[in-house]
Amino acid sequence: MENEIILHSDTISIGYASKKEKIIIANDITIQLQKSKLIALVGVNGIGKSTLLKTITGIQKPIEGNVYLNNKNIADYTAKDLAQQMSLVLTEHLPPSNLTVFELVALGRQPYTNWLGTLTTEDLEKVNDAIRLTKIEHLAQKKHFEISDGQLQKVLIARALAQDTPLIILDEPTTHLDLLHKFTLLQLLQRLAKETQKCILFSTHDIDLAIQLCDEMIVMTPEKTVQASPCELIKNGTFNTIFDDKSIGFDQQKGKFIFENR
Amino acid sequence: MTTKRHYFLFISFAILLAFFFSMDLISGQVSIPLKEVFKILIGHESSKSTWDYIILNFRLPKAITAILVGMGLSISGLLMQTLFRNPLAGPYVLGLSSGSSLGVAFVILGAGFLPSFLNQAVLSDYGIVLASCLGSFLVVLAIMIVAQRLRNTMSILIVGLMFGSFAGAIVNVLSYFSTAEQLQKFTFWSMGNLGNLSWNSIGILGTVVSVGLLLSLFSIKSLDALLLGENYAKSVGLNFKKARFIIIIATSILAGSITAFAGPIAFIGLAVPHIAKLLFQTSNHKILFFSTLLLGAILMLICDIISQMPYLSMTLPINAITSIMGAPVVIWLLISKKNIQ
Repeated sequence: MENEIILHSDTISIGYASKKEKIIIANDITIQLQKSKLIALVGVNGIGKSTLLKTITGIQKPIEGNVYLNNKNIADYTAKDLAQQMSLVLTEHLPPSNLTVFELVALGRQPYTNWLGTLTTEDLEKVNDAIRLTKIEHLAQKKHFEISDGQLQKVLIARALAQDTPLIILDEPTTHLDLLHKFTLLQLLQRLAKETQKCILFSTHDIDLAIQLCDEMIVMTPEKTVQASPCELIKNGTFNTIFDDKSIGFDQQKGKFIFENR
Repeated sequence: MTTKRHYFLFISFAILLAFFFSMDLISGQVSIPLKEVFKILIGHESSKSTWDYIILNFRLPKAITAILVGMGLSISGLLMQTLFRNPLAGPYVLGLSSGSSLGVAFVILGAGFLPSFLNQAVLSDYGIVLASCLGSFLVVLAIMIVAQRLRNTMSILIVGLMFGSFAGAIVNVLSYFSTAEQLQKFTFWSMGNLGNLSWNSIGILGTVVSVGLLLSLFSIKSLDALLLGENYAKSVGLNFKKARFIIIIATSILAGSITAFAGPIAFIGLAVPHIAKLLFQTSNHKILFFSTLLLGAILMLICDIISQMPYLSMTLPINAITSIMGAPVVIWLLISKKNIQ
């Protein structure tokens, strides 16, 4: 199993360091991302999910400890080498442009193309694979601003697939989607993790859905950060500690959150 | 389908460029037949020696300047529009030309304050180009800093506007203290002029513009990545700071050197990339780079032909022509494009 680990960390503390002081947002975190797994990162707003994602993706450094990608410190990667190991799907809007869906997906090949960005037959193959896997063939020639939010999310996932990296990280891919689209999107991620043997990590607020569809979850609570399978997390009652409020609790039998209206 | 259309457009543009280039050479107060123009161009004597003189020392340099100016300003606009994620960006609108003007004003109007031996050095072509490039570079730097804080398209434009009036005010103060002769020189410069360039000056302009265009050519891949926004661009392996630095250097030397030699020329930099995007219906910078290059040259030649209409006894300032053609494009863009946030 050892060689199946793509990314791991020793015990890290995350937060922001300026010249004057260090603000630690969460500490005592250990994570391990393995091949073929769909992993959800959950926790309340402001608990440090984004900071953790930024730390894992090398955008910022951990305050203490190190993150290793393929057993090499992530801080030692160049931008281009890193781009061949992990791809991102972010929450930010795309700037206005005339990009078609196909061109957008093809931009995922940038880490491999020459100085002019010319696509080789291999590049085109990977782009078409990504489009087929995400089932967006019918959108390929449309402009990226002509499609719905749910479709755009799939296109961005296709772009990440085209980047052909062992690890894909998505920041809240299910926000702005209705329940059905949330479910189908996560199903797509689950299928991709199995079919392409990639590790897919995403942050989300849809804990119920994540419990049903994910192989593992990283739960951030005020006390600690735990990584385990949904079943184990249910058994040891971790979900009850996510929300620091009496009116919401986790029902272990039903496997979902219940609200108490008082 | 789309590539066929692109080839067709490229070929038509190449033909149009050749057409307007010859049109520009034959038109003017003295009409010279096309056949004679060709004779002169390939090195033969024409039937009249005055024609030789007019073509080789006046019209040919002017047409070449028009092409260099059109290409350089348009590419500089294309770079800025992608870098600042702003469809309304351009060297004139964002105040690069004002920055250059300020640099040139300091040199032309302020040279009197310097000792005479420095005066000569500063007032040379090189001195003016350097001051002008420096002026536009400082303005792009300032805009970049503002653009990082304000994500809003319109606020960046307002900042450009402010640079314009700021530069204008300083120029006013400078002109208050300068002689009539200096003032006249600066006023003529500021109206924009494609003629009056010696072959020597064209050599300098051509070299500097080529460097700028070459830097832009090497930025094509980064520009494509930037279509996804800064963070995505970084995630596909773009060295953002380096790419941004190269783009900014390219923009400021293109806008700066052209403004130094031809004066501030409005709207070409803003309008041409949009016409290219509209005709080619793409954001692919490999296509946009070459189409903008061709279109910029064509449009500038057309403006030059218009500025010396055969029925007019004098040439109109080129800046007036580009503004009359360009300003409506901007208004139309604001009203009709849904894709502007």
